[in-house]
Amino acid sequence: MSESKLKPEELAGNIKYEPKEKDWLDPSVEFKHGVFNYSGIPKNVEYLQQPNPRKWQPTDKDWQLPENWKQIILEGLRDRLHRFRSLQIFMDICVRCGACADKCHFFLGSGDPKNMPVLRAELLRSVYRNDFTLASKLFGKFSGSRELTVDVIKEWFYYFFQCTQCRRCSVFCPYGIDTAEITLLVRELLNLIGINIDWIITPVANSFRTGNHLGIQPHGFKDSIDFAVDELEQITGIKVDAPINKKGAEILFITPSADYFGTPHYYTLLGYLALFHEIGLDYTWSSYASEGGNFGSFISHDLMKSLNAKIYAEAKRLGVKWILGGECGHMWRVIHQYMDTLNGPADFLEVPVSPVTGTRFENTRSTKMVHICEFTADLIKNNKIKLDKSRNDHRKITFHDSCNPARALGLIEEPRYIIKNVCNNFFEMPENTIKEQTFCCGSGSGLGTDENFEMRMRGGLPRANAVKFVKEKHGVNFLGCICAIDKATLPPLIDYWVGGVDVGGVHELVGNALIMNGEKERTTDLRGEPFSE
Amino acid sequence: MNIIFSLLTIAVLIVLAVLGAGTIKLDFLFGIIFPYAAVSVFIVGIISRVIKWAKSPVPFHIPTVAGQQKSLPWIKSSKLESPSSTPGVIGRMALEILLFRSLFRNTKSGLIDGQKLVYGSSKYLWLGAILFHWSLLVIFLRHFRLFMQPVPSFVLMLQNIDGFFQIGVPELYVTDILITAALLYLIYRRLADAKLRYISLASDYFPLFLILSIAATGILMRYFYRIDILKIKEFAVGLFSFHPSVPQGIGILFYIHLFLVCVLVSYFPFSKLLHMAGIFLTPTRNLANNSRMKRHVNPWNRPVRVHTYDEYEDEFRDKMEDSGLPVEKSNSLERN
Ligand code: HEM
Ligand code: SF4
Ligand code: SF4
Repeated sequence: MSESKLKPEELAGNIKYEPKEKDWLDPSVEFKHGVFNYSGIPKNVEYLQQPNPRKWQPTDKDWQLPENWKQIILEGLRDRLHRFRSLQIFMDICVRCGACADKCHFFLGSGDPKNMPVLRAELLRSVYRNDFTLASKLFGKFSGSRELTVDVIKEWFYYFFQCTQCRRCSVFCPYGIDTAEITLLVRELLNLIGINIDWIITPVANSFRTGNHLGIQPHGFKDSIDFAVDELEQITGIKVDAPINKKGAEILFITPSADYFGTPHYYTLLGYLALFHEIGLDYTWSSYASEGGNFGSFISHDLMKSLNAKIYAEAKRLGVKWILGGECGHMWRVIHQYMDTLNGPADFLEVPVSPVTGTRFENTRSTKMVHICEFTADLIKNNKIKLDKSRNDHRKITFHDSCNPARALGLIEEPRYIIKNVCNNFFEMPENTIKEQTFCCGSGSGLGTDENFEMRMRGGLPRANAVKFVKEKHGVNFLGCICAIDKATLPPLIDYWVGGVDVGGVHELVGNALIMNGEKERTTDLRGEPFSE
Repeated sequence: MNIIFSLLTIAVLIVLAVLGAGTIKLDFLFGIIFPYAAVSVFIVGIISRVIKWAKSPVPFHIPTVAGQQKSLPWIKSSKLESPSSTPGVIGRMALEILLFRSLFRNTKSGLIDGQKLVYGSSKYLWLGAILFHWSLLVIFLRHFRLFMQPVPSFVLMLQNIDGFFQIGVPELYVTDILITAALLYLIYRRLADAKLRYISLASDYFPLFLILSIAATGILMRYFYRIDILKIKEFAVGLFSFHPSVPQGIGILFYIHLFLVCVLVSYFPFSKLLHMAGIFLTPTRNLANNSRMKRHVNPWNRPVRVHTYDEYEDEFRDKMEDSGLPVEKSNSLERN
């Protein structure tokens, strides 16, 4: 399949923020290659026991929906209005003030008016008004209502898979209307009639079966951890211990699986291994719960729960005291805001206490899972690790706040504190593009596929633009982040729009700077690149 | 189209008032029935809507935070933007409701040379919104001088502040100017900005025009076509104390004003004006960012299919053992 080969200038050249006068109630969309994702393969839809497995693609004319699809959607909507106050309120109170309109990276990168968060929500609201309110009966089309048709369903598919659930719009909305919530619920509805995408369905099926989204089986998992241990030994001269499925360890460590199979994630893994060894942490990996990321959270609350269940189950089986979590964005949204509710209470665990500093992580006293940045910041503050900042002198670093840690946790200062303690050159991007206002990588929530390349580049434009700004101003050559999807999708994004900036995790930087007891004379960073003089 | 539809609706409403109260003298209907009916619809409508909202549970703890979390004691947390306690949440909500905090964050994005994205601060919407809402509140409260005898002292105080400049006779209320200006601006921006033109429905123009018409008739009565304020007060106090009597010779302008208010009040529970109530209940703002400190319970937490460890080990046991991973139930004895 051909993907968009537009050059950056061409892609950005025709973006306009002034939509032409047109009635948006018209649902027609065109599925051009490069701006949508392929459908879930039937085998995996079936494996997950999800509705209507079949071979189909969005470009097909006939989507082979079940005969009573309309009834399923409307009943599904009614059911969700009753189960989610958020949805009910968000359907009723938007004043269409437009404050959210130009806050979405997909609108900024495409100029498509239906990518304004308010309009994305209106795509559903128009149907809600038609079937669930009095207004449509009194005022007809003037109330902005429309009949649910197959074309509306296609339009939903197109635009609700052009939202990365980043929640930037929600920060600016005077009522906190959260389009991510609406998107998740519409995707749930679509999934009821068998409409989904493969880069969600297949990772969910893999995670369900093997524990991780890449489908790596236990022995493969062990191999890759062992391989990392060897590689770390070559760099530092120290052979670290990395136990897997160890009963009775104090701490269970969960991180996204890309950390041990993807680059540049891998260097962050080396950083974790070095750090845990250096502080003598009694911890274990798990092959059963070998995925922190939760692709279920991109499509339904039930699948989110079903994958997330493994974390507590494994903590219980292994008899650990508490759980530590690695660098990941949406994984942390699920852990922070959903896990305890879905699969708690975690009364078989203890309130996390750092075995090194004795700090009690009061902020995690119910969920009992600590973010690695909280953990490491505490180590540094208490002077428990030796760091040589100059080992990152070949890096001029900026930091990309991932959407979820920033807007669900408020994890903003911890990573910055760590970065400032492991390097000498740190530069912030412009304030409208960081912290709670951070821009998404453009590829989150299952949209990071090759076939969706053009839309990803569009969605990532605001982020790339901010990186370009600090590159030109300060010579930045390293983009730090704490999210597995970022690490996978920012490199092609930056190559496309900016060039010459590497992407990597915060714990990669920690691993570079960490002085390990008994290490050989280090000449390179974890990537094997020489330190600067 | 949407804007024309709204304007036409307003015109029809005004004609109805003129015909009804003026020409065919349905004073009783327009003066007494409609006000009571409108207020009843308002009260019943709002209450049933809020009950409907409240009946749907909040299954998950999903605040959108806009500041540093409370984590390690030496990291300063943002008590209002990312509150971890109830007082913090109350503070955050108060900022939202009284000062439109989030709207204050508003920016305007632009693309320079097709390459460079820029973001400028943009406070006009916030300013227009604040002036409009606060003026509306003050004007609403000032009306109590008509409804109550003796006039409550806070109303007198408000009147004094509002009439601070002491210009003209009768003295000019600042809020009358502000609300008109703010409404004109809010209408203007819907027409001037292509994005807003695109999203605006008839139900967005309608309340703006309606409130503007109410304000305009009010201003006409106060400053230009003086009406008999004593008669109106007598009528209003009567309505307010449930001893209504049909007023005589008040003039058509007053009926138009009153009728439009009735329309606004009864339209309220069926429209986006519900945001007044909804803002208190929105779960992205009214929950504390203490998701990992306190367990949030979902009343309908559904059972789902899970892949248990035992099922997993059954499928992969041999591979696990071969690679030296510990297992719960070993196969190796049988296999040897
Ligand atoms: C707790 C009380 C209220 C709060 C916190 C509140 C807040 C807001 C906010 C933040 C906006 C968005 C900004 C804007 O578009 O102006 C808005 C819009 C609006 N509000 Fe309110 N509001 C309240 C009560 C009311 C009442 C009582 C009315 C009228 C009867 C009203 C009428 C409107 C209208 C017509 C708009 C849309 C303005 C436009 O289209 O540009 N509000 N409100
Ligand atoms: S900011 Fe909120 S109220 Fe305003 S248009 Fe967007 S979703 Fe609607
Ligand atoms: S959640 Fe993010 S991607 Fe989705 S509409 Fe809002 S700003 Fe756009």
